[in-house]
Amino acid sequence: MALDKEALLAVYRTMQTIRVFEDRVHVENTTGDIPGFVHLYAGEEAIATGVCCNLTDADAIGSTHRGHGHCIAKGCDVKAMMKELFGKKEGLCGGKGGSMHIADMERGMLGANAIVGGSPPLAIGAALSHKTRGTDGVAVSFSGDGASNQGTCFESLNMAVVLKLPCIFVFENNGFGEGTGADYHVGSGDIGGRAAAFGMPMTKVDGVDFFAVQEAAAEAIGRARRGEGPSAIEADVVRFYGHYEGDPQGYRKKGEGDEMRATRDCLKNFRDKTLGDGTLTATELDAIDAEIAQLIDEAVVEARAAEFPSVNDLLTDVYISY
Amino acid sequence: MPKKSIRIALQEAVVLEMRRDPNVIVIGEDVAGGAGCSGDRGTYGGAMGVTKGLIEEFGDERVIDTPITESALVGMAAGAAATGLRPIAELMFVDFMGVCFDQVLNQAAKFRYMFGGKATTPLVVRTMMGAGFRAAAQHSQMLYNLFTAVPGVKCVIPSNAYDAKGLLIQAIRDDDVVIFFNHKAIYDFEDEVPDEAYTIPFGEANIVREGEDVTIVAFSRMVHTANDAAKSLEKDGISVELIDPRTSSPLDEESIIESVENTGRLVIVDEGTPRCGLAGDVAGMVAEKAFHALKAPIIQVTAPHTPVPFSPVLEDAYIPSAAKVEEAVRKVMTMSRDAVSAS
Repeated sequence: MALDKEALLAVYRTMQTIRVFEDRVHVENTTGDIPGFVHLYAGEEAIATGVCCNLTDADAIGSTHRGHGHCIAKGCDVKAMMKELFGKKEGLCGGKGGSMHIADMERGMLGANAIVGGSPPLAIGAALSHKTRGTDGVAVSFSGDGASNQGTCFESLNMAVVLKLPCIFVFENNGFGEGTGADYHVGSGDIGGRAAAFGMPMTKVDGVDFFAVQEAAAEAIGRARRGEGPSAIEADVVRFYGHYEGDPQGYRKKGEGDEMRATRDCLKNFRDKTLGDGTLTATELDAIDAEIAQLIDEAVVEARAAEFPSVNDLLTDVYISY
Repeated sequence: MPKKSIRIALQEAVVLEMRRDPNVIVIGEDVAGGAGCSGDRGTYGGAMGVTKGLIEEFGDERVIDTPITESALVGMAAGAAATGLRPIAELMFVDFMGVCFDQVLNQAAKFRYMFGGKATTPLVVRTMMGAGFRAAAQHSQMLYNLFTAVPGVKCVIPSNAYDAKGLLIQAIRDDDVVIFFNHKAIYDFEDEVPDEAYTIPFGEANIVREGEDVTIVAFSRMVHTANDAAKSLEKDGISVELIDPRTSSPLDEESIIESVENTGRLVIVDEGTPRCGLAGDVAGMVAEKAFHALKAPIIQVTAPHTPVPFSPVLEDAYIPSAAKVEEAVRKVMTMSRDAVSAS
């Protein structure tokens, strides 16, 4: 099903928001006031967006340590996200989670996850919840190529087939598990093929082609909503930045990230296609760019000015304190 | 003697033992790094760079990069250990023990006893723990208490570079399962460290400073925190004896008891959470074995019973500070058995 103009503009807004958010977090973490570990999603926007534009707040997603993009695509408030990254009280998790644990249950965002392979079991749990409660909701498990090797992932793929769960396993193959290449660490070199071997439909897509991702995701999500069980999508994609911010990336040839930005940019692909076929105009896209630039600027300014939690917050949200 | 960081001391221990014994190998995620990538091999060297460059000398058959699959890598190391190798399995963060707990808890730890003494498992799992990096709930835990509670596992907790090297060499040569816990916040702490190999036996505490009024037992990074407090208290005439047990299993009970018998007062400083932790374990042991010597109740200074928070404000409040240790010592100095029974 082709997206109408309004939907396409929304999609572009989401992808551009993720890109500008991540490029800015890069700056704020490297030279600014964002503390801790951050892992940036820049380059992979088409996947989160192409999948999540088929979802509603009732649907759930499980994310990864590289989770800002999933958050934004799932509709989380960007300003509250930025506040969370700055460790502020008005952040999405009250400043307690930070980048690696950013979550928003109201949006069905079950959290970024600092354990590689932590999310697939949670996603099938959300899928089970939908199935048991008799809704037409679905769950999506986002995992990287690294997590695709984890036992938790294989166990979840199998369980989803056994219980015919409304779950979609999206594998974002950006070519790296931290500083090790997928060519080395995925034995068969075929993540999607492994998922298919568990007995579910599988599609491989170019992860920098929004339209390819969206189409594959719509089909898989439709199947899940109709009670036809799980599916898998393997999306080949690129990681513009290092594994984490500050990663010297000696394992990568110099300038590889920039080269990918120049040649495998999902946003440029989207622009070229929609402008080329006349669906959208440059004026419309430029207006969104300006709007997003302002939004992210404001998000940083407001996050910086926001209050930190009080020390008393240390002992809240836990069932008992000693 | 040259000054070296904990990071370098650990690297020296690994290199020296790998040269000495061809059965010593390193297994882990990015212990070399760069496999299947367009850049250089060996530049990653584990989460803290301890094994950086080792692949050049020892090759990829002894410095083995694995997928991010903790159960398989730790379990593989356990199986290899039970069959002739002496693997050092590198687990980037101790939190990831959650993924591979079975391989340690039910497998490696049990072999020797469960097989009637017929198996040896010379396995070292070297891992990183602790708060202070704004790394939040899944990358900042201590968890050493969990493993201290498991029979069949030895737990090593170095606080300085000299101990780190001697204890790691001891761990590699030990025939039992050893979990080697390094605190992430002190990798750059320096000390005088000999170039050659040496060992420090397990179960022998280090008396960091001698004193008469109060005994402090502190673990890992908290040794430094407690030492800061002790220096400050000294100015007010309070003399602290600071003990670094260096290993929580086996625990040097004798040194702790002897010190408490001299001072009569005990404060335990532990960055772990308060329930079923190392502080409580030491307190219980002293209450049982040196009750006669105690002039006042034992005070435990620990993190609160919460996950580790992200926000700097909260994380700073979470980690036991020198000020909190000082406060505890001043408090224990004012307490007595009479005051306790009267209250």
